[in-house]
This record gives sequence, structure tokens and C-alpha cells, in this order.
Amino acid sequence: MDQESGAASAGSFISLNEHEQRYYSGLHSLCQADTSGKLSSSKVAELFKASQLPPESLHKVTEVCGAKRLGYFGTPQFYVALKLLAATQSGLPVRLESVTANLPLPRFVGLKNEPEMRYSTVPPGIEGQGAQCGAAPGSVSWTPAERSTFRHLEASVEKKEPWSPPRSPCSSPPRSPLTYRSYPYTKQRNGADAQMTYESKQSSRPIIQLEQHSSPNNYGTKSTVEHPAMARASSAERLAQQGAVDDSEDDPWRITEEQLEYYTNQFKSLQPDLGALILGAVAKNFFTKSKLPIPELSHIWELSDVDRDGALTFSEFCTAFHLIVARKNGYPLPESLPPTLQPGFMQQEEDIPDTPESAEPLIVFEDAEPRPSQMDRSILERIQPSLPTTKQDMKEEPRKQDAGLKRMTTSQDKQTLQLGAFPERPEPPHDLDPQMRTKTRPRSYSSTSIEDAMKKAEEPPTPPPRPQKTHSRASSLDLNKLFQQGTPGIKSGWLPPPPALPPRPSTSQEESSVKPEEQGLRSRFGPSTEDLTNASKQEVIGVCHSQAPQKPVRRKYHPESQSQETAPPPAMSFPPPSKPAQKLLSRQKREIQMAIRKNKETNAVLTRLNSELQQQLKVVHQERVTLESQLELLRPLAST
Amino acid sequence: MAVCIAVIAKENYPLYIRSVPTQNELKFHYTVHTSLDVVEEKISAVGKSLGDQRELYLGLLYPTEDYKMFRKLHNSFTDVMCNPFHNPGDTIQSKAFDGIVSGMMVQTG
Repeated sequence: MDQESGAASAGSFISLNEHEQRYYSGLHSLCQADTSGKLSSSKVAELFKASQLPPESLHKVTEVCGAKRLGYFGTPQFYVALKLLAATQSGLPVRLESVTANLPLPRFVGLKNEPEMRYSTVPPGIEGQGAQCGAAPGSVSWTPAERSTFRHLEASVEKKEPWSPPRSPCSSPPRSPLTYRSYPYTKQRNGADAQMTYESKQSSRPIIQLEQHSSPNNYGTKSTVEHPAMARASSAERLAQQGAVDDSEDDPWRITEEQLEYYTNQFKSLQPDLGALILGAVAKNFFTKSKLPIPELSHIWELSDVDRDGALTFSEFCTAFHLIVARKNGYPLPESLPPTLQPGFMQQEEDIPDTPESAEPLIVFEDAEPRPSQMDRSILERIQPSLPTTKQDMKEEPRKQDAGLKRMTTSQDKQTLQLGAFPERPEPPHDLDPQMRTKTRPRSYSSTSIEDAMKKAEEPPTPPPRPQKTHSRASSLDLNKLFQQGTPGIKSGWLPPPPALPPRPSTSQEESSVKPEEQGLRSRFGPSTEDLTNASKQEVIGVCHSQAPQKPVRRKYHPESQSQETAPPPAMSFPPPSKPAQKLLSRQKREIQMAIRKNKETNAVLTRLNSELQQQLKVVHQERVTLESQLELLRPLAST
Repeated sequence: MAVCIAVIAKENYPLYIRSVPTQNELKFHYTVHTSLDVVEEKISAVGKSLGDQRELYLGLLYPTEDYKMFRKLHNSFTDVMCNPFHNPGDTIQSKAFDGIVSGMMVQTG
């Protein structure tokens, strides 16, 4: 595997000698890896405790080895962690560099099968395996490798033996690095018991060769794993240098630039506006063409429709497409969305079961926060200007507000946000009003026509009316009152949701009214979704459409005000109001939080309402169809 | 506690049924069917049901705890329904739905 070799050549892989090999694989089997290669976190925790290191070190080890980011211990992480434990016990700092040193075996007290400890003579070091798979000439056929397998292979590939150049045309530019800086496997992997188990678990991969270390070329066989791995590997090295606990594990699930372009084109073929949504029916027809079985498509849909609105935003679409591509290439579908595939690269909501290890007290898995900042960097590389981040970003922001947003504020620079890259947070908007207006607007709104209208409405001097401080929303009455009040004095409160989505470019009015209902149906996340809910509700109630252009402004206000208590609320160019806004921000924050709670309750109610209405709609449609058919039948009779 | 969860379609056949296999499962299934009669009564009494399922449900059993449970169930049900690949009338095959149901049964049962 060239990929591995490339990766290995990063020089940051750890090597294990025979003793370590056996010891570690013994420990690995002790920790009862389950079928997906994840280790039982309770066992791992026990093991860590047995190492008699202070908890902070253990946490650090978890973090450094990448398990924290991943949410579980895969075999590579486990091995790295063992190495780190050994390093820590020897007094070295807990860093990846430590694992390259000559280390004794980690000592665990009270383990049942404590293997003997010996001092290992660290084998010559990790060397670059030789064949660097140059960045593969790429076919775009990207075969996402299953994470664990992938790493596994890479690790095994770390052999001194030169590698034959990448058999498989790896596609695309070195996307996120294959993985991980450190691979726990040495060239001479003897027992590789763990690998055995691994391999048996990952049926589709002819990983068997891994055991035959002697002939590195055997590695070439993994057709499925052919990846743009080498390319990745080289980028992996780069990234490895960065030392950021990055996306490495999730590479197989990371979308490369080429793929992204491809998906963008596909999206445009379905829906020319990148900021708009693809309806469920449209997406269904499209994805059915992929000839995957319906239950799998259903599962993919569940994974990718994060905001549960029955439609796909651009990033959701990319996720879905990516999963389909992965599936077609033989990779089993994950149970939950890999972090790098999450739209906005943000943590997904409850519905998708999270890794159980997160409950483990000793091992702290922190998924959400560090990743986004790293994502930003990688996204910066990608430079996807004005990629519409989905509405759910907005929605999720309020959720994650407390932890994530503040951090995002600090970690991200304006540039990142300007790129409109996925993990955005609305903070930048207020910083760069005019720029943000153009860039951020597309990402949060479901229809660009609104945005265009918005832009036009706003660019002329008078800013749209600001949301009231008192956080009025959720009722049409408030909405009317709000609009009557006009601009001044309305601050960062959450504007009432726009009554109706203006007719979408490609859909009829009816559809647009159905759409918000669907959105409302799914809206359980935060106030921004409540906008949609309220929008649908208001449609039902029949509020005038003239308020629609206000929508984008309001939505902006909300996250901004939530995220930044100090920032002037409206991104949309409200210089004059900014002064008074700042004074009121703290009050507004409280009000907003209260309103959020209220809105969430309202949300739930409206969700049910929507479901009811949808059912009724279905029934009515059916009746209509039957009536029409009857009419058709009767027409010839009538004419005669 | 939730020892059995069932989702019944309009045509009175189960789209989804799951129970903790401690007792006689068949008995649970019968109970589900008889409860349908109660639901029917209530529906006809109420008339327009805008989100009234909740009340109906509450009318049958304990209010507070199960309220949350029902809401969760209903939410996941709507998620499943929203899936364009799901044909209404099919049995529910969503893993996410299964996961939620198991969670509900385990935590309360």
C-alpha cells in the first residue's frame, strides 16, 4: 500500500518491535475489540488505570492518540496510546514525538494477562517505506477506505521494504492525510493478532497480506483500499507535521476537492441554486439512479439529512452523495455520520446514536469542539467560497452556542468565515458587514431569491427593521407589530420568522408552502429552525409575503446576537443602531435565552401540527386523484 | 414502563412493533390491538386533532413521564416519514428509529 508507505514516510509513525507487538496485540485482544474494530472503552479505561498514571496524563494520552477526537479507540489509537503510556511512564512528555523514542513496554498493574515486560530495543526507526505513492494521478474514483482498515493497512505498510508505486490511481489531491501521524505497527509485524481480528472483521478487504510482512508488495492487493492514499499520505505527512489531531481518522469519509466539485455540479443539475434545497422527491429520484437498494438509500438519507427537513441542502447533498459513492465502492455504511461528513462538520444531533464511550469518565471524548477549528484550516485549504452552509449550521449554532461558538470566534479568523466554509459560525458577519452580507447570506437561507431580495433591500440605505429587543417571535401578531415598528430600536432580538418563503425559482407556490411545513416538521433545533416553523405556521395563517425579505436579516441577527453578546447585532449593515445595540446586548441575551426556550416548546407543538397537516394533505391529494380519475371516466359519457 | 412499543398504521396493521422479551409477547400484541379501539373512540370524540395525539395518549396513561417518551417517539416517527425513500405503509426499517425505541425501552423498562 502505497498509501501506507507514503504515510509512513511521514516519519511520524511509531514502530513496534516484536515484544511490543506481542504485548500490544495481547492487550488489544484483552480490550475486546468489537466488530468494527473499536475497543471496549471500559476495558481500555481499566487498562489505563492499571498503568497508574495520573488522570490528566491519561486524558492527554487519549487526546493525543486521536481516540478522543474519534470518540472511540480503534486499533491504531490503542497502540499509539500504549506507546504513549510507555513514554509517560518513562517520564517523557505526552506527545507524539515521544512514541518514536526507545521505550520500554508500558507497565500495567493488576492486569489479568499481563504479558512480560521487556525492554524493547527499538527497531531502527520508522522509515519511510519507500515507495511513496506519489500523489496519485488521479482518477476521481475515490474509494473511501474504511477508517480502521485503512489505518490498519497503512500501519502494516510501514515496512522498510520498498513499495511498489501505487497501484491504484489515487485520485485527487492529497486530501486530508491518511491519517495519523503515528502508526503503531512495525515492519516486522509478527503476531499481528489484532490485525487478524481486524481483518476478519473487515471482510471485504483482502487484508490478509498484511501478515506477510516479508513481501510488501502483497499489500498491493487491496483493491478496495486503493485510495488516493498515497496522495493522502504525502499530505498526511504535511498534516502530521502540523501536529494537529486532525481529520486523519476520517479520511475515508472526507470529501476531496474533486469530489466536491463533482457534487457541486450534480447539485446544480438538480437545483441551480447552491443555496437552495433539493426536495426529498427530487433527491429520491436522483439517488435511486445509483441503483443502491432502497433500505440503504433510506439509511443514507437518515444520515445525511441532518436538519430533518425532508430536503437536502448543499452540504447534506454532498454528504449523501459521498455516502453513496462510498457504498458503491464497497464500504459499509456507518451507523452514524462520520465527523468529517457532517454538514458544517459539526456534531450531529441526538438522533444518531453517539459513541458509547463518551460516557466513560476516564476517557474523555470530545468530538465537537476541536474539530471545527481544524476543519477550518482544512477548509481554508479547500477554498470553497460561498459554499452555502446549511441552515442547520444556523440551527446548530444556537445549540452549541455556549461551547462551540465562543471557541469558534476565537479560533476562526474572519477569512475562514469569509470563505463561507462549512463550519461557520455567524460571528464574522457582524465583523464584515458588507462582505458577510454577500458571503454568509447564501449559506443560511433556504432560497436565494430571498437573499437576493434581501441584498437589494438592504443595500439601499434603510436597513430592514431590526428585531425587537424583546425577542418577539412565534406569533403572527408579534410579527405584524414588529414590522409596523420599523427600524430603530430593534436590536438583536430574534426577529420573527418571515412569514412565507418567497416562491422558489423552481417550485410552485404550493411546493413552497409545503416545504416550510416540512422544514417545520423537522425543526427541533434552536430558534433558527423555529423561524421556519413559524414561517410555515404563518403561511398557514396567511401572513403577507411582504415580510419575507426580512427573513435573512432576522436569521442573521439571531445567531449573531446569541453568539456574540458584544457584537453589534445585525450583520446586515446597521451602523447607526449598533451603538444602542451594544448597550442592550446583555439584556437581550437573557431575553433571547428565555425566548429560545419558549420557542423550542412552540417548535415541538408546531412540529406536531405540521405532521397532522401533512397527513391531511396526503389524504386530500388522494381524494383529488380519485376524483380526477372518476372525472376522466365520466367525461366521455357526458359529452355523448 | 415501556415494555412494548408499537406504531400502528392507519389501516390498523403494525408498522413497527417491538417489545422487551420478558413476558408473553403475544399478550402485548393483543393489548396493542385493544388499545386501538380506545384510541378510535377518543379520536371520534375529539374531532379535529391538531396535535391531539398527545392528549389522547395522555388520556390513556400516565401523563408526565410518558409524555416525553411519546414526543420522542413521535419525533422519530416523523423523521422516518420524511425520508423520501420510505414508502408510507412499509414497515419501519430505520436504524435510527430502532435505536431510539431501544433507548426508550431500556431506560424506562
